[in-house]
Amino acid sequence: MTVTRGDTNALAARLRAGFEAQGAQAVEPPILQPADTLLDLYGEDIRARAYVTSDALRGEQMLRPDFTVPVVQMHMAHGADPARYTYAGEVFRRQEHDADRANEFVQVGYEVFERDDPAASDAEVFALIAGALGDLPVRAVTGDIGVLMAVVNGLDTSDLRKNALMRHIWRPRRFRALLERFATDRGVPEFAASDAPLVGARRQHEIDARIAALTADAEVPPIPARDVDLIAALLDISAPMPDALGRLHDLSVDLPAIVPAVARVAARQEALAARGVNVSKLAFDASYGRTSMEYYDGFVFGFAAVERPDLSLLASGGRYDALTRRLGGGGREIPAVGGVMRPGVMLELGATL
Amino acid sequence: MTIKLGVPSKGRLMEKTFEWFGARGITLARSGSDREYAGVVDGIEGVSLVLLSAGEIPRELAAGRIHLGVTGTDLVHEKLALWDQSVIAVEEMGFGHADLILAVPAAWTDVDTLHDLDAAAAAFRGVHGHRLRVATKYHRLVREFLRGAGVADYALVDSQGATEGTVANETAEAIADITSTGDTLRANHLKVLSDGVILRSQATLWKSRAAALDADERTSLEVLMARLG
Repeated sequence: MTVTRGDTNALAARLRAGFEAQGAQAVEPPILQPADTLLDLYGEDIRARAYVTSDALRGEQMLRPDFTVPVVQMHMAHGADPARYTYAGEVFRRQEHDADRANEFVQVGYEVFERDDPAASDAEVFALIAGALGDLPVRAVTGDIGVLMAVVNGLDTSDLRKNALMRHIWRPRRFRALLERFATDRGVPEFAASDAPLVGARRQHEIDARIAALTADAEVPPIPARDVDLIAALLDISAPMPDALGRLHDLSVDLPAIVPAVARVAARQEALAARGVNVSKLAFDASYGRTSMEYYDGFVFGFAAVERPDLSLLASGGRYDALTRRLGGGGREIPAVGGVMRPGVMLELGATL
Repeated sequence: MTIKLGVPSKGRLMEKTFEWFGARGITLARSGSDREYAGVVDGIEGVSLVLLSAGEIPRELAAGRIHLGVTGTDLVHEKLALWDQSVIAVEEMGFGHADLILAVPAAWTDVDTLHDLDAAAAAFRGVHGHRLRVATKYHRLVREFLRGAGVADYALVDSQGATEGTVANETAEAIADITSTGDTLRANHLKVLSDGVILRSQATLWKSRAAALDADERTSLEVLMARLG
């Protein structure tokens, strides 16, 4: 049985109605989004993922690669506080490496903007999506980018190194390379002289500032091997949530900087249990979500088909407080968490059972 | 029908291609006047010559409209996603050498590697309020190279010619372009990053995976391949 567009749209409408029944307001962001916002957020990588088009009047536009950015913009512009939103519609993703992956598919989402109790909001989003997936044979994985960010912030090293590591939290390979670099004594940096005239918009004072910063940073001792090992131990955690929490508590003895972040994981576990989620079976993987789009900065989750590794995730989501700050303007921020479902993949999985 | 061989329609690349086939006993020539883009083949049966812009040869190979084609590695890698599923490299032809490189102002004494470029890009964005711009026409190759190296906070700006000049004109801070000797880079006060070679390219004979072959064409192709190998 092949899944038709009609079937998918019908399921999407039912899922969205279910979220509306939970009090979410239905919204319909435009398909064409101004490219500059997305480019500013994601950088050049977004061009490899989103279709870009243009006209002479409005300039570059993108076929929306997700709903989160326009929903956050809409909320920050004139949303009530707190607020819950739901939406259903196509998103578009370029596929240059795998012709079998869909470049156009339907997403249904649920987003919560609320200040009071982040653990409860996390649990609400997760539990509603788990409920909407019904009896489908899926396995959920959770994680929390905030724990790794807390470790980096708590490192006993220079701000230059912390900022570099923080910038690359979402690029695991680069993060590891930087960590190794900062854990090695590289001596005093040398800069080859040049008699070429300086061309371009980057000025001499910027070059001088970086040389001064690198020279000063060479005085900072390498990040101790012990801390590098602790970060590896943290990223290695992949266990049912209660066991993972036990290991996080153990690690926080040596890494006191993660105590508040670990407390948030513990509060979330309680809130999930209160929502009826069987947390003793729920996987927690400390490195989960690090390669996705770089806006999740706390709770992350995904639901995969148990015996169909070929299928895309049926649902995924997470917390993106920092995104609201970046899109809010004027330093405004509101804690936000949300998730999306793929009705087309749900039907494909359901059809083969 | 005949095997269609696509060859660049003008300039040094065409002349060197003609020489390369000539050395293997196959004479390629433009028919009629210099302005006419039709070709003749002597010395082998069942092969016809199609003169095309080097930039269009990858697309024609992928579509199967030509069986064989001569063009640079850079153009095949840039223009064809999953290029190895569309074409097979038959022979590297030993001319048209050019490297796709990433270059920055030579006076950037603090920047020697991609690691430096990434750090400089982060600081640049803080000072200037926009990303560090890299001018190129090889968008896909450059983006994948920089992503692989974990460079962030840059933006590609399109430059279809005189790319080395964009830095002095302050429409870009760095460039990615083909260079064969490096003279143009030096003249524009630019230097290649020590790990900034994106691709080493040369003229290459490609075979289409998509072009259909009937029995006669298959025989012609085998004869041609035997002559070239």
